[in-house]
Amino acid sequence: MNLTLKIWRQKGPKDKGSMVDYKVSDISEHMSFLEMMDVLNEQLINEGKEPVAFDHDCREGICGSCSMFINGEAHGPDRGVTTCQLHMRMFKDGDVITIEPFRAKAFPVIKDLVVDRSSFDRIQHAGGYISVNTSGNTQDANAIPISKHAADEAMDAATCIGCGACVASCKNASAMLFVGAKVSQYALLPQGRIEAVDRVKNMVAQMDLEGFGNCTNTGACEVECPKGISLENIARMNREYLFANIKD
Amino acid sequence: MSVLDSKVPKGPLKTKWTDYKDHINLVNPANKRNIDVIVVGTGLAGGSAAATLAELGYNVKTFCYQDSPRRAHSIAAQGGINAAKNYQGDGDSVYRLFYDTIKGGDYRSREANVYRLAEVSANIIDQCVAQGVPFARDYGGLLDNRSFGGVLVSRTFYAKGQTGQQLLLGAYSAMNRQIARGKITPFNRHEMLDVVKVDGKARGIIARDLVTGKLERHSAHAVVIASGGYGNVYFLSTNAMGSNATAAWKIHKKGAFFANPCYTQIHPTCIPRSGDYQSKLTLMSESLRNDGRIWVPKNIEDVKAIREGRKKPTDLSEDERDYYLERRYPAFGNLVPRDVASRAAKERCDAGYGVNATGEAVYLDFASAITRYGKEQAKIHGISNPSDAKIYELGKGIVEAKYGNLFQMYEKIVDENPYETPMMIYPAVHYTMGGIWVDYNLMTTIPGCYAIGEANFSDHGANRLGASALMQGLADGYFVLPYTIGDYLSHEIRTGKIPTDTPEFEEAEKSVKDRIDFFINNKGTHSVDYYHKKLGNIMWNKCGMSRNAEGLKEAAEEIKALREDFYKNVSVPGSADELNSELEKAGRVADFLELGELFAKDALVREESCGGHFREESVEEDGEQKGEAKRNDAEYAFVSAWEYKGEPSEAILHKEQLEFKEIELKQRSYK
Repeated sequence: MNLTLKIWRQKGPKDKGSMVDYKVSDISEHMSFLEMMDVLNEQLINEGKEPVAFDHDCREGICGSCSMFINGEAHGPDRGVTTCQLHMRMFKDGDVITIEPFRAKAFPVIKDLVVDRSSFDRIQHAGGYISVNTSGNTQDANAIPISKHAADEAMDAATCIGCGACVASCKNASAMLFVGAKVSQYALLPQGRIEAVDRVKNMVAQMDLEGFGNCTNTGACEVECPKGISLENIARMNREYLFANIKD
Repeated sequence: MSVLDSKVPKGPLKTKWTDYKDHINLVNPANKRNIDVIVVGTGLAGGSAAATLAELGYNVKTFCYQDSPRRAHSIAAQGGINAAKNYQGDGDSVYRLFYDTIKGGDYRSREANVYRLAEVSANIIDQCVAQGVPFARDYGGLLDNRSFGGVLVSRTFYAKGQTGQQLLLGAYSAMNRQIARGKITPFNRHEMLDVVKVDGKARGIIARDLVTGKLERHSAHAVVIASGGYGNVYFLSTNAMGSNATAAWKIHKKGAFFANPCYTQIHPTCIPRSGDYQSKLTLMSESLRNDGRIWVPKNIEDVKAIREGRKKPTDLSEDERDYYLERRYPAFGNLVPRDVASRAAKERCDAGYGVNATGEAVYLDFASAITRYGKEQAKIHGISNPSDAKIYELGKGIVEAKYGNLFQMYEKIVDENPYETPMMIYPAVHYTMGGIWVDYNLMTTIPGCYAIGEANFSDHGANRLGASALMQGLADGYFVLPYTIGDYLSHEIRTGKIPTDTPEFEEAEKSVKDRIDFFINNKGTHSVDYYHKKLGNIMWNKCGMSRNAEGLKEAAEEIKALREDFYKNVSVPGSADELNSELEKAGRVADFLELGELFAKDALVREESCGGHFREESVEEDGEQKGEAKRNDAEYAFVSAWEYKGEPSEAILHKEQLEFKEIELKQRSYK
């Protein structure tokens, strides 16, 4: 198929940036979206032009690097997939596709489609861990029984890949789904309960400091999340947060 | 005597590690504060090492090319992690895990290292649970296990199909705690481009900030390389796009010996290539082979008909199908080890029986599993004379519960429903057992420079068992290196801060800068990928699943010629002082172009078939094992450790003889 791509080009963080049109032809429906981008970049290099910069790594939907806003949706039109798992069969010959970076104040653009998501890391530094030494002299793993239900629910929250689609999809650029998932994983496990009060307060404080917006229960984040992280995690974080503040 | 000293401590195998730890030198806490350690790579090995070293009190700097440590490719491991916990009471023990690992590695790994690995494996699970890793549990609240990789016990712990992700997030959380304490300084979106040696010791690195392009000097009392494997030398592999051998290759060029480069694992159950644009391959857990039957058509006319779309695989009757694994290996059938299954698929496809347009695919069929489960379920639910439709419905439910996520992934990529038509699979490069040579302390042949995880060669011999990569990464990082590095660092307490304004750093930075400038100014005619794909083709065709002397010699020549062409004609757009992914790739491919040649050279020297390395000249001549791989213990029970001497063709081979005291060497048989 032949396609027209409208891609956000921005030389660097201080550059103003603009949409630029490109044409690609003979795109196979079996290609992944990023393979189509590879074709474009190879074409640009051969024309002596600069290729489009974009983040990507594992190309199997788990590392969370890829981050394209395609036709107004984080990771494009398919559900439950990241950009790297999106296939060209979702598009048809002659389509015009707009490709932008994940946009948020807390995700400044580095170049073209590459954004800086280190704010997510800093939120994790504020409390995304259990304070246990890695000495190997912890108790036996089976000394802490955990109900299958709680373990499965914690696992569901822990599948978050930290891509930032939730932030990009939210009209308030809120990171509550991401933070809620991490808070929930630990809140659901007995190992995590000990520091639960400080954790939720510190992580929320850092989230606010980074300039993420608040949640207004629109639910776009849940729809666009490639890993199906549920809104329940935001509710759980709110309960944890309320409880932590009452305790003070 | 060999220049290689493995430093394996004396004493009985079972108490070696404990005795050694009891007598190793320690660094007192006040002194640890004055010692700096650099860790390159933040996957399971690097992440866990960085967290533990920081917790012990050292000042740690971590480097990764990704935008966050959490994105290292350990994250993509699906199946699980082995540990000798014997929670299932099925007879597992440290010895058995040790034995399985040595045997699985086809008797080409070092006994003492493997025993230690098995010994600390149980601690890994304790550690990860304490960190909040949500492993699968049974209804009583205790940890669940699955069996994996054709061993006789259930010792694999798992977190759905995302075990690597959960373990990496565990190590990342331990790092985060140390980052918050100021003990780890993370340098993300940074790439190490050289190691700096002062008076023969590793004293720091030159790194490039991938966002600004600025070159930075970082000094330390020890440098730990945890940068993973070199599977991307094949261009197409299941590795991440950015996975590279640069850090490992740079230390090799500065004096670290490279061991067994030819040992590569080619995983049998990957989704086949669909065209020339393919950028990477996707693996599907080998658990699929527990229920799937592998076949190709018996008649070449049917192959043609299928390729041309005149027939569907489901049109073929049972006698028109060749279940070649069941035919060749009646005892193990579809469950033969990874290397055997991969070679058998290649053999059929090379003979012209590949079932897709590229001719490189075989079927993995779940139809009989669906029927078998369906009948079983009908019996369980007391349905007498169930209809075929009912049997299908019940059976499909079971298959979906077991493999649903994999089927869904397959359907997303291939656009075919694997419940209705057989899956297509083909082998792909997945893991490299070879790597930087290390001694028992995990130190390379450069004093003060260590290699851990997939980057080293130490534990898997010529073939790695399923669910053992995660185990080794975490064992090295959490439980081995933090002890052994102290022995070295105890001599560094009087060294003080290492300055970076010295001639050694100056020189290293200059050579890195010159190379970058070369690429930017070369203005050639071909993209980096053009060369990477060509290299991948040579590697896959001549250093792939089966190898022969003639092909390996040709490969070495062709790679050398390709490298020369690369330096003349490669084109790297953009500038050096900005985010420039083509520039990053150019440096990595340049290193692969050298490593590939050494790989071919190593494979040529090893005139035996062992594990993932199959030499067509070394097969059983007769008897039941006719045509199968033939190992040669009398002449080849050694580790090849290559010393850099300029061109890869001039590398010098050093041999570390392997001694087996606890285990009797046997030929593997799956007939």
